[in-house]
Amino acid sequence: MAKTDALQGSLDLLVLKILSRRPRLHGYAIMAAIASRSGEVLRAEEGSLYPALYRMEEAGWIRAEWIKKDSGRRARVYELTAAGKKQLGVEESRWQSISLAINRVLREV
Amino acid sequence: MSLWSRISNAVHGERLNREIDEELQSHIEEAIASGRDPKEARRAFGCALHTREASHSIRAVGWLESLLDDISFGWRQLCRNKVTSVAAVLSLALGIGSCVAAFRLIDALLWRPLPMSNPGNLYVLSHKMTGFDGKPIEDGHWATRDFNLMRDAVQDQADLIAISDADRTDITWSTDDDIEKAHAAYVSGNMFPIFGLKPALGRLLSRVDDRGPGLSSYAVLSWDYWNHRFGRDPHVLGSLLHIGDQTFEIIGVGPRDFTGTEKGTVTDIFLPLSMNRFATQDRMDWHRVFLMLKPGVNPATALEPLRQHLSAVNRAFGADCATCFRGADQAAVNRYLNQTLSFYPAGAGISDLQKEYRRLLGALGFLAALVLLIACVNVANLMTAQGAARAQEMALRISIGAGRRRLVQLILCQSTLLAVVASVLGAFFAAWSAPFVLSLINPPDNPARLALAADWRVRLFGFGLILVVVLLLGLLPALRASAVRPVAALKGGEDPHSPRRIMRGAIALQVAFCCLVLFLSSLFVASFRRLQNRPLGFSTDRLLLLETVAGKGQLPGVWIQTAEALSAVPGANSVAIARWPLLGRIQINSDISINGAPPSATPAFFLNVSPGWLSTMKIPLVFGRDFYPQDTSPGAAIVNQTFANTFFPGQDPIGRTFARDANQPLYHIVGVTPDVPYHDLREPSRAVFYIPFVEINDQSAPKAVDFATFVIHTDTQNPLALAGSLRQFIAQRHNGLRVSNITTQLDLFRDQTIRERLIALLAAFFAVVALLLAGIGLYAVLNYSVLRRRREIGIRMAIGAPRVGIVRLVTLDVFVTIALGCWAGVALGFGAARYVESLFYQVKATDADMIASPTCAILLTALVATLPAVLRALHTDPTEILRSQ
Repeated sequence: MAKTDALQGSLDLLVLKILSRRPRLHGYAIMAAIASRSGEVLRAEEGSLYPALYRMEEAGWIRAEWIKKDSGRRARVYELTAAGKKQLGVEESRWQSISLAINRVLREV
Repeated sequence: MSLWSRISNAVHGERLNREIDEELQSHIEEAIASGRDPKEARRAFGCALHTREASHSIRAVGWLESLLDDISFGWRQLCRNKVTSVAAVLSLALGIGSCVAAFRLIDALLWRPLPMSNPGNLYVLSHKMTGFDGKPIEDGHWATRDFNLMRDAVQDQADLIAISDADRTDITWSTDDDIEKAHAAYVSGNMFPIFGLKPALGRLLSRVDDRGPGLSSYAVLSWDYWNHRFGRDPHVLGSLLHIGDQTFEIIGVGPRDFTGTEKGTVTDIFLPLSMNRFATQDRMDWHRVFLMLKPGVNPATALEPLRQHLSAVNRAFGADCATCFRGADQAAVNRYLNQTLSFYPAGAGISDLQKEYRRLLGALGFLAALVLLIACVNVANLMTAQGAARAQEMALRISIGAGRRRLVQLILCQSTLLAVVASVLGAFFAAWSAPFVLSLINPPDNPARLALAADWRVRLFGFGLILVVVLLLGLLPALRASAVRPVAALKGGEDPHSPRRIMRGAIALQVAFCCLVLFLSSLFVASFRRLQNRPLGFSTDRLLLLETVAGKGQLPGVWIQTAEALSAVPGANSVAIARWPLLGRIQINSDISINGAPPSATPAFFLNVSPGWLSTMKIPLVFGRDFYPQDTSPGAAIVNQTFANTFFPGQDPIGRTFARDANQPLYHIVGVTPDVPYHDLREPSRAVFYIPFVEINDQSAPKAVDFATFVIHTDTQNPLALAGSLRQFIAQRHNGLRVSNITTQLDLFRDQTIRERLIALLAAFFAVVALLLAGIGLYAVLNYSVLRRRREIGIRMAIGAPRVGIVRLVTLDVFVTIALGCWAGVALGFGAARYVESLFYQVKATDADMIASPTCAILLTALVATLPAVLRALHTDPTEILRSQ
């Protein structure tokens, strides 16, 4: 549970970042990428990824597309839009300033 | 894009769910494929259903989805009660359609601005004065020289425009053609430029065409006439048009929508004002005068000074007219000259049709609105009954967490569905009925023609109407449903009387409206019947009227020979000549001077008739004799009884003399006839004298006659069957006479009752609909209340209540309600009748039978409507009811 909470505010940032590196990932791949990049530290309740994806899709930051996988099943893959790239910049700088501030507090106490 | 996808997802909710499920499923499969334990993967994923719900609400417009759900639920509800729904939709459609049709007519005739620039700045001038008989007159017609003076006086602030009424005129397109009829209006040259109108072809009249009497023989066709008479042939320019002895050259065609300023009449031909012979006659008030404010002039401040300025000019013109008041008493002249000018907004045009039909259309709209209200109350009643039956469902919905807003939405959805379906049907009804009603205003000479556009004005009205209907239908049941207390309702213990109270109130309202409709219709129908059955004093049966013209005139001998020849035609029974027909458009009065005294205050009306006219018309003689062929005018006269009583009270009129002015030749009275209506069926008897057809001048030589009417009593039941052959017969004689119009005396009589017939017909229709709706409403409410009280009735019967008691239990309060409703309806009726009094003929709202007949009709309907419910109550089987409940 604690892990989930830690992710809450930054899930958007992580998803956007992953998609900016590797376009056209499906949901599971995004989740797996977050887990592997973070050294298995950041693991969300996997289901909660999807409402976040849909919200970002509605906001126009990412777009989705159905593709056919080799197995014959369909998968929905996501990629960043221009608005998403801009949003990534905003989120990144916000994260930087927050983590800086938190670090400063931690140092001083 | 994103909103659109959310809307589309709301519409296709199931498909969205499948998509989300598929994606989530593929996630878990990927997890398993990457080597994770299936159980662990599912656990790590969390609750799939929860995720789907959360995702769904993000990807679809929630309120839209619930709205769609409610609509489809409402539709299913409507489909479940098919008979009720169809009845509701039909009655609403009738109500909505009638209202829209009434609006279309009222709007087209009275409100819709003319297709011109700045119609809001257009006013029409009228003058109020005291007539020579001492009665106040208001008139909108002016003499041309007066108009010219006024126009020049105010040209800095406003433009004055002269436009005559569009009269049905005899025209020919080349000299040997048959005579045709067209509506020709004389207009001042500034009309087209000031109205901002552009020609569809050629050029329009301009200020140059005012240059002087008879100098500008040009004509402009209206687009409508060009279209239906010439099939939009551009070669019409330059062709010649003959009216009487004048010839006009066609110079252009007006813009497509403009049909003149006279609403209800389509002007076919526009002619220059200066070309009318009346334009040079100072005594002839013959055209209307419009005032167009210059741009930038504020009507609030400019109109009053303009009015005073124009009044002064008009007064100076009147005082200046030396020949106008010869022989009249100076005080009367002063009274006459003391005229008050007024402006009326004329942006929607101005016409007699507007004046005549304003009240009628108002009454019509009122009746239509009442019928719609009755239908709404009816349907609201049905919905309340259904709502009460659904109280448990509502309570259940609230208990499991439905918001009250959602419940109101559910019910409003249902009433919107009803209203929308009904309004679609109503639109069809209105599309048919508005032109139909207009076509009933159909004097054969001058049928009313209006552009009944179905444009944004009509649509806006229709939309507003739907909104009102939805609120009327749904609001009450919706509020009731949302006020449901779940605990009480689910226990089945909610106050059983509360829906009945509301429905009883609705019944009272419905009966009151219905009574009002019936009351007004019975007044209209009685008016029409009394007018229709008014004793005429002459026969209208089998009388053919040939209105005939003779260019510059033919001697009476020619006319009389033609009449004799006509009487020899097989089928013609007797033939006589009158200058104009009774009950027609023409009425001319004359001063009457007795024994050389100055003319009396009351003038008398006259008509030139040939010997035998009285017997052809079947007008008896009370005293004296008919004219002899050798009688001439001046010379002999036959007077009616009012004439005799007015001018020779208490004396034997035979042998007395009168003159048409002091020092004029004498007429000897040779006969007396009963009073017959001369010009208007509704008029009280007026003094009329008949004089011989042959008029002689000072040298005793007969005067030429340029128009007259052959009155032919035919053998056949349908006199018009002879029309064609008689028209040809006259043309073949080549004696200068040409038939200009053919009608029958019966048609002239019917023309006079068109307005009364129209309102009586429509009012009767609305009365039947209202009665039917009220009957259905009563039946539904009573039936419902018996169903609801089955248990109570069963118990009462089980413990031995007599049948009379049961009947009383079921019907008493309904009949009290009906009585209250009737009383309120009649009270409202008295108020409403005062407004439409001008449409009544010899009928008063206070007449006993006018009140009795609607009340009886409603009581009878109520009896019929309550019978099934009463029978059902009486056939209640106590054992069965008590066992099942």
